[in-house]
Amino acid sequence: MKLHEYQAKEIFARYGIAVPQGRVVATAAEAESVAEGFGGRAVVKAQVHAGGRGKAGGVKVAQSAADAADAARGMLSASLVTNQTGPEGVPVNQVLVEELADIAKEMYLALTVDRVERCPVLLVSASGGMDIEEVAESSPESIHSEPIDPVLGLMPFQSRRIARRLGLEAGAAAAAPGLLSALYRVFVDNDCTLVEVNPLIVTGDGRLVALDAKISVDDDAMFRRPEMLALRDTTQEDELEAQAADLDIAYVNLDGDVGCLVNGAGLAMATLDVTSSVGAAPANFLDVGGGASVDKVASAVGIILSDPKVRRVLVNVFGGILRCDIAAEGIVQAYRNTGSGLPIVVRMLGTNVDDGKRILGESGLPVVFAETLSEAAEAIRRAG
Amino acid sequence: MGILIDENTRVMVQGITGREGGFHARNCIAYGANVVAGVTPGRGGTLFDDSVPVFNSVDEAIAETAPNMALIFVPPPFAADAIVESADAGIPLIACITEGVPALDMVRAARYLEGKAVRLIGPNCPGLINPGARCKVGIMPGAIHLPGRVGIVSRSGTLTYEAVGQLTGLGLGQSTCVGIGGDPIIGTSFVEVLRLFEDDGATDAVVLIGEIGGSMEQDAAACIRDEMSKPVAALVVGASAPPGKRMGHAGAIITGESATAEAKVRAFREAGAVIIPTPADIGTTTQAMLQSAGLLS
Repeated sequence: MKLHEYQAKEIFARYGIAVPQGRVVATAAEAESVAEGFGGRAVVKAQVHAGGRGKAGGVKVAQSAADAADAARGMLSASLVTNQTGPEGVPVNQVLVEELADIAKEMYLALTVDRVERCPVLLVSASGGMDIEEVAESSPESIHSEPIDPVLGLMPFQSRRIARRLGLEAGAAAAAPGLLSALYRVFVDNDCTLVEVNPLIVTGDGRLVALDAKISVDDDAMFRRPEMLALRDTTQEDELEAQAADLDIAYVNLDGDVGCLVNGAGLAMATLDVTSSVGAAPANFLDVGGGASVDKVASAVGIILSDPKVRRVLVNVFGGILRCDIAAEGIVQAYRNTGSGLPIVVRMLGTNVDDGKRILGESGLPVVFAETLSEAAEAIRRAG
Repeated sequence: MGILIDENTRVMVQGITGREGGFHARNCIAYGANVVAGVTPGRGGTLFDDSVPVFNSVDEAIAETAPNMALIFVPPPFAADAIVESADAGIPLIACITEGVPALDMVRAARYLEGKAVRLIGPNCPGLINPGARCKVGIMPGAIHLPGRVGIVSRSGTLTYEAVGQLTGLGLGQSTCVGIGGDPIIGTSFVEVLRLFEDDGATDAVVLIGEIGGSMEQDAAACIRDEMSKPVAALVVGASAPPGKRMGHAGAIITGESATAEAKVRAFREAGAVIIPTPADIGTTTQAMLQSAGLLS
């Protein structure tokens, strides 16, 4: 789950990490008054869960309070389309208005989990403010990676090494260990999968300040992070994805017209790949999960049928924990509830498959059965 | 023969009194696995299905029943504790089925296991099965398997069943199937399982099923190129996944170029693996690979 910049900065501040003075607002008038408090000059930043914000016009420097109001009005009046959103963009409901920083040096810093080393890792680069993925492509040697032992935590010598790598001097070098260990505590205490500061700056008077802040929290740790769950902003999520998440269904909205219902993430990805390979385009990824009930399957099919771009439905169930008869009853229930007449290709294998097929066969739904994955793909292509 | 599990495997199920743990323990026993003990704190002294003794702790289960493998079904908040409890007690092989274990719990558990004589499979995996030994330690449907000489290693559950179904349909049996798990932090990598298959006298060839996210497939490709004399057929799913989205598995997320299906397929092709073009071709591609290697007439 992603947090907004202003939420991440509030957390930073609680851990003693310096962030610019600022306030999050929802109207142009409030933005104007906050900017006035800074003497008129301010930076206005759209609060969205999407990267690429700067290049897309989501960050503006205002030279006066009236400027800040204009910038805020512009951002709040339209969705923001970045290279990481779809063409419809994401809504901007709030902007963060901050004092202008006195930047002497910009750096990049991130904490994440290293899957190979199986531990947290601190990534730093002296080239801050840039697109770090571009830096990783063009000059990977400029990114320093510091694995952190989860038992020891970040050791002081590691902080000193990072300060040297960043070329920090005097006061900033002395402040680095405190800042880095605070960021590591933010990461661990809150079950983060990512803490990113891009850029981390040295100010003209030698202080270290987090000019930007990005935090993602581990979805699997939400059971023990209710305070993080309270920060969720569903307006930033795809509507169908948010609905599915509330039902504990793994769902990703895609561009095509083939609604897909599958059990198991790997088989669901495989189903999308096979569908694409015959020239049909999947409308979604959906893993209904192992122990699904009739109601849960019905909700999952309901989400697929409520997607206006769906023209045909592909069901691929390998019955194991999820029995085929349960899946069939859920499908029939959803079709009856919605009155949908969309063609449906069903491929079922495994536990109680005969019952599943009988239930669907007797339901009167426009069902085509397929035995193998390739037959299913071929049938869904013809249904288009 | 086969890898990791066989007729001599004595299984202890942690979380045997739970709904999922009980259901699958029963299926493992029905398939032929030797389930010697269950562990659920607070439920010690009872019998599961009137036959399997349940203990309060792994220590007690070991003292009474001498298991040599743990199968874990406990819920995510307690899964890391269950893993470490078994490792601490000296269990050499642990399969953790639980999905949804927090990443930082796994970071700490993995750190604890380092340097110890214990292998963890998973978490978020279907477990292992050796059809020839009638040994099933996991949640896969046993009936689709056929004893034989193809090893399967996969990050997925149901897609592994799909692979097994296609192989069995063509009469191609399996030596051992290992689901290593769909999480970002897992106990055993593709490379480790490939090496076990390479050294296994009962395995002629390997089917590897990877997916988007991370770079474990690239490591596997290097192992295939440098260490494997047996033929390997590789499939990578997730080519249609958009970047930055978690595709069900916590580990299946494209976070950079090397995490894409395209980069992984390229690595396998360059390493000399046989590429399985789509998930519908797992059986036929493997069959052709075995024929061209002279392992099947």
